[in-house]
Amino acid sequence: MAHNIVIPTRDKLFNLGEFFTLTKGNILTAFILVGGLIITFIRFTQGIGSVANLSDVQPWGMWIGFDLLCGVSLAAGGYFTTVACYVMGMKHFHSAVRPAVTTAFLGYAFVVVALLYDLGHWWRLPYMFFFPGTTSVLFEVGLCVATYVTVLFVEFSVAPCEWLAEKFPFLIKWRALVNRFTIILTIFGVTLSTLHQSSLGSLFLIAPGKLHPLWYSPFIPMFFFVSSMAAGGSMVIFEGMLAHKGVHHYMDATHLKEADEVTFSFSKAVSFILFAYFMIKFTDMLVQANIPYLCSGYGAIWLLEMFGFILLPAFLYAKGSRERNLKLCRFAAVNTVLGIVFNRFNVSMIAYNYALPSAERYFPSIWEIWISCFVVTMIVTAYRFIVYHMPVLYEHPHFKDAH
Amino acid sequence: MNRRRFLTILGSAGLASALSTAKTAHAAGGTHTWPYHENSYGVLHDTTRCIGCRRCEAGCNKVNNLPKPDKSFDDLSVLDKNRRMTPTSWTVVNKYELNGKPVFRKLQCFHCNDPACASACFAKCFQKQPDGSVAYDGSQCVGCRYCMVACPFYVPSFEYDDAWDPLVVKCTFCEPRLKEGKLPGCVEACPMDALTFGRRSDLIKVARARIKNNPGKYVDYIYGEWDAGGTAWMVLAPSAPVAASKDSHQATGHEFASLGLDTHLGNRPMGELTGGALGAVPMIVAFWPVLFGGAYAIAKRREAMHKAETETIVKEAKEDMAAAMDAAVRKIAETQGPGMADTARQAMADALKARENTCANCGHHGEDK
Repeated sequence: MAHNIVIPTRDKLFNLGEFFTLTKGNILTAFILVGGLIITFIRFTQGIGSVANLSDVQPWGMWIGFDLLCGVSLAAGGYFTTVACYVMGMKHFHSAVRPAVTTAFLGYAFVVVALLYDLGHWWRLPYMFFFPGTTSVLFEVGLCVATYVTVLFVEFSVAPCEWLAEKFPFLIKWRALVNRFTIILTIFGVTLSTLHQSSLGSLFLIAPGKLHPLWYSPFIPMFFFVSSMAAGGSMVIFEGMLAHKGVHHYMDATHLKEADEVTFSFSKAVSFILFAYFMIKFTDMLVQANIPYLCSGYGAIWLLEMFGFILLPAFLYAKGSRERNLKLCRFAAVNTVLGIVFNRFNVSMIAYNYALPSAERYFPSIWEIWISCFVVTMIVTAYRFIVYHMPVLYEHPHFKDAH
Repeated sequence: MNRRRFLTILGSAGLASALSTAKTAHAAGGTHTWPYHENSYGVLHDTTRCIGCRRCEAGCNKVNNLPKPDKSFDDLSVLDKNRRMTPTSWTVVNKYELNGKPVFRKLQCFHCNDPACASACFAKCFQKQPDGSVAYDGSQCVGCRYCMVACPFYVPSFEYDDAWDPLVVKCTFCEPRLKEGKLPGCVEACPMDALTFGRRSDLIKVARARIKNNPGKYVDYIYGEWDAGGTAWMVLAPSAPVAASKDSHQATGHEFASLGLDTHLGNRPMGELTGGALGAVPMIVAFWPVLFGGAYAIAKRREAMHKAETETIVKEAKEDMAAAMDAAVRKIAETQGPGMADTARQAMADALKARENTCANCGHHGEDK
């Protein structure tokens, strides 16, 4: 092996040194986190209006458009990978499962954290279970996300169990229990994901007059679900790329050996999904007789999204996986991820309230954007903590039986 | 918890959600007969009578004990700009132009028959009351503001600047006053009779009579009779015929659009738009486990078959190899003698073993890239 992985032991459980070296990454992290904490304090003592540009006509902005809509769809790697590995039986993806489940769990957990910023009475979030408004799409989203965070926590929990098993041996029992239920958890997870990924799109079904016709469609739930698959697969490739840059020295031989194959296989799969996504969106545009809108400014944005961020990465993925070109596949992954963000921004902000005069339109404040960056930074930091301590990118020597 | 119990809980959760959705469809969608609540009240706003004096705004402000605005209600210069409702002004009058003439329209909650806000709220804060008002109870409001996204009229506003108890605010139809037998504050304050309070069913008749008795004065349409499933507050607009042009035939009702009213809402409640998506939930809950369970079973079965097949092939290959070796050794024994045959057998066995070892190891090479 080219490197030795630091594996925490009973006597030395923590490995925090990496956080306290003066690297560019650590300094930037500290800067964003400190600023974020200050804005957090202001937000929770002075109200939403003190930091956000939200208005009565634009009640949802950056925190919903990015933190919630993008956060959830980009955390789709969890269900995408577990289904590929456990349900479809593609065992050679096994080393990709833990990183994917870890990032998915973190993604969802921090979606909930970010949501608290946007909620006026954030401490009343559980009220939806006491006074369930069953006619609301948001209720379904809330119920599914709450349940799915729990499922992801259980799926993820084997990693901390293995980390702490020497100190707290009873955790081994929990780990064994979770492993026994892997397939049930996976199927439960994909069911919940189907529901809430699509429902995030359904949220906008009730506002046909506000969302531009090129994006408003009775099939918007399907668009959101199909694109979440593409997002999930691409995020696995994208995060893999970042992980190879930052935490390469925590990857074991199996992970490194399987990583490229994961990238190529996922590239091929996502290529197909993106083609399908392009086709259903294009067909929907034709069926709804939206061609006249293509000649407007919004038409240009729509065409850019369709061709530059769906069809282009689909081709790049196809070419990359065919020629086994790692760089190309990674480029396509970034392209796809940006495309998903672009789409969610279009639906929630850019093409939302399209009929209003520009003076009444919304642009996020610097502080809203900062909070969004703050949340992303917290996810990255939590991910680093987990990778430094828990067997995510390597197999723990005591638990080689995992599969 | 054993597996069976776990599955039982899963199953009953699915069933429960299916049942609740079914009940929901009954309550929110389906086949209403209008008026939604028989004998419910409404208000007819006749914009041909409105002079934009803002007395209704002052009346609303007074009866609801709202803070005094910076500019007094007598100041009509505020009409130069389009305004909207805020947490401290629950109704506003805006000025629009129709054929070069000013027309004033009062904005407030329309008190829909089947309100989008109530359908969208996930904590059940909104309630359509039998008296016609759409009531909001902030005590269980989470502050998600989905009601504001849902409302096709952009009515609810939010107290963004309140950190500790920010609530959604909108016109209440002066429900407390209705209970006392009084008129809503704005209706009482109107000097022009531009706001007519009454039972919704009567107001529709009144509106029809006005349209009929004043040929050419009104657009032959009562905004809110059917729009978005019908609203308690309805609007009459002055007719403003467009100069005869080739597309004049499609201009009917353009007056309402000029008054800032969405004329494309359709005649069904907005909440029904989400009914289909929500109705699919129990289907997915019921079918996905079967679909993915089936995929799992297929993958597993294929894996087992593949394994069995591989084993057979390996076994056959081994048997072939052994038979060939045996034949070779026999031949050597015949031609070269038994001693030579033993040496050959040993050499072949060693070579095989060595090969097997390298194969077993090759899985552990292929390191860092």
